[in-house]
Amino acid sequence: MVRLQAEPIRVEALLDAVRGDADGAVALFVGTVRDHNDGHRVVELEYHAYETMAAAELGRIVDEAVRRFGVSRIAVVHRVGRLAIGEASVAVAAASAHRSAAFDACRHVVEALKRTAPIWKKETFEGGAVWIEGPDRVPTGNGD
Amino acid sequence: MTTVEVRYFASLADRAGRASEALEIGDDARVEDLWTLVLERHPGLGGLRRRPLVACDLEYATWDRRLAGVREVAFLPPVSGG
Repeated sequence: MVRLQAEPIRVEALLDAVRGDADGAVALFVGTVRDHNDGHRVVELEYHAYETMAAAELGRIVDEAVRRFGVSRIAVVHRVGRLAIGEASVAVAAASAHRSAAFDACRHVVEALKRTAPIWKKETFEGGAVWIEGPDRVPTGNGD
Repeated sequence: MTTVEVRYFASLADRAGRASEALEIGDDARVEDLWTLVLERHPGLGGLRRRPLVACDLEYATWDRRLAGVREVAFLPPVSGG
């Protein structure tokens, strides 16, 4: 299960998607919108994605992680659009016979998607708005 | 000549003043040739601190990638999902 969606993430949906009778472990990671970043008070985040490529890239990451860690299934859901403080922006679930592989696969997928999935945050903070692009804060060009 | 759909994201779309466009390129063009054409059309994309990432048909590609047979090329700033 790989999905980009504007609707709030339902963690139960990921757990249902990955769990099977042969699995003794499900590791779940949930990333949430925090109220501060780089010394700024964050008001909201707006996630933009290159949706067709992001779905393909997340699929590649999941397939590679299933092979590498030998887990049963992995689910990834990432939000797009405007998110308030505290909302879940991304969730990853990995199911496996034993916990070690589930933890490792879950962590690997989170780190990989942050590195390569074509998704960007537009951060509105007290005083302005910027694109977050890797380590850079780039002022938005349309004045909002 | 062949036509490719070119897409821009995040601050690159702001600088280009658009999210996508169809551009004509030579049959033996590479990504770097397309970027030269893009810079001529959108000077606002000049002077970037680092060269964008490139994707051809939904996969990351290198700047010397030949565009023969490629339908969609995207220029991407460093990503920040998660």
